[in-house]
Amino acid sequence: VTAPAKLEFRDVARGRALQARLDRAMARAGRTVTVMHVCGSHEQAIARYGLRARFPSNLRVQMGPGCPVCVTDAPEIDACVALAERGLHVLTYGDMLRVPGRERSLEDARAAGARVDVLYAATQAVEIARATPEPVVFFATGFETTAVATAAILLADPPPNLFVLSAHKWVPSAMEVVASVPDSKIEGYLAAGHAATITGYGVFEPFVARHRRPVVVAGFEPLDLLSGLVLLVEQVLEAKAEVVNAFPRCVTREGNRRALDALFRVFETSDGEWRGIARVPAGDLRLRPELAAHDATVRFAAELASTPAFTERASASECRCGRIMMGLERPTDCRLFGKQCRPEAPVGACMVSTEGVCRIWHEHGVDVAERLPEEGSP
Amino acid sequence: MCLGVPGQIVHVEGTTATVDFWGVRRRVALDLVDEEVTVGDYVLVHVGFAIRRIAPEDLAETLAFFEAMTSEDLEGLAPGAPPRDAEPS
Repeated sequence: VTAPAKLEFRDVARGRALQARLDRAMARAGRTVTVMHVCGSHEQAIARYGLRARFPSNLRVQMGPGCPVCVTDAPEIDACVALAERGLHVLTYGDMLRVPGRERSLEDARAAGARVDVLYAATQAVEIARATPEPVVFFATGFETTAVATAAILLADPPPNLFVLSAHKWVPSAMEVVASVPDSKIEGYLAAGHAATITGYGVFEPFVARHRRPVVVAGFEPLDLLSGLVLLVEQVLEAKAEVVNAFPRCVTREGNRRALDALFRVFETSDGEWRGIARVPAGDLRLRPELAAHDATVRFAAELASTPAFTERASASECRCGRIMMGLERPTDCRLFGKQCRPEAPVGACMVSTEGVCRIWHEHGVDVAERLPEEGSP
Repeated sequence: MCLGVPGQIVHVEGTTATVDFWGVRRRVALDLVDEEVTVGDYVLVHVGFAIRRIAPEDLAETLAFFEAMTSEDLEGLAPGAPPRDAEPS
């Protein structure tokens, strides 16, 4: 099964049928329903396939804290900028370069002469470190899917000059925070299929029991997403709260045990700030003490302690990224969106990353992203 | 960064595979995948690591799932027929 399978996941007739089923459910609902997905790749798929403009007018699909670049906290960026400015060779994933810290981004540091290089695969960090006697700092960011890759390189006899500055985050903990917001209107959650490939869908069972809100794990092809939404909305309207797996070709209940074992041999969860959101209990993944020899916060503790206190950029105070990622507002509710805050001059992190909802709405056109069909239109 | 891409294995050497991503070939680490993989298998890849083998029977299961999801509403919508809103209204 090669190309045809890929096309079958985008079959137009079946997509229309799923839309019809969604329309039917929402017509019966007779009220507005708000659900949240927690993955930038879901928002990209919604934008790319033009799904949002075809959602029923009384269905609101919000993006939550699903962009790792967006939730990396400014002091985490500052720490990495500080190491780069002290002459250390810094490696990170491309999206991180332009994220503003409190004063500077890694791109600013690079423009001023710092050595900051972009990785496409975690294994490149090992290759680069092996080729030099100098210390190399890997600014490791992302959720479960990239954290397991960082874990794997640290478990495979890494060179002694490779140091990891971890800003990895654990998504299920942030969902707890979002679901606990007092004025939240979110009635159900679409979980990210790739992260759940690692964690398994069983990780959401305590969440569903605690919050009495359904969770559906969905993939990223149009039919995956629409199927997930249908199953989520139907549960909401039937007042059911269960975990449903709509991405069975990748996700199992127990997840990838081998990857999870690697993850928790290297990392432990700790409380951490998620940019614009809140302090998330057990939201951060930090290196275990056993990995201290490769922990940049240990090796460069002195350099990091002497980091000057930055002041928050004035314009950032108006940024609505936090409220947007909590599902309380949408990009177009922000006064800066498309004006002071644009992809080439981002104020908030949601405009920096291609996984950020502001960037996706801006690039695919606000009209397409925001326009909702009038009641009764075809 | 969190981009997950499925691809097909064209060569395996120890714990590394060469994976074809619809025409682009990359070396991929197999340290994290929890099943044995061989040439011809599909894998889901994140930042250079395969995190899941996608078995042919799993693909068939997904297509059956889509069929079940759409059985009711597909009536009157012949496969390949133009979408309803493509017709002049």
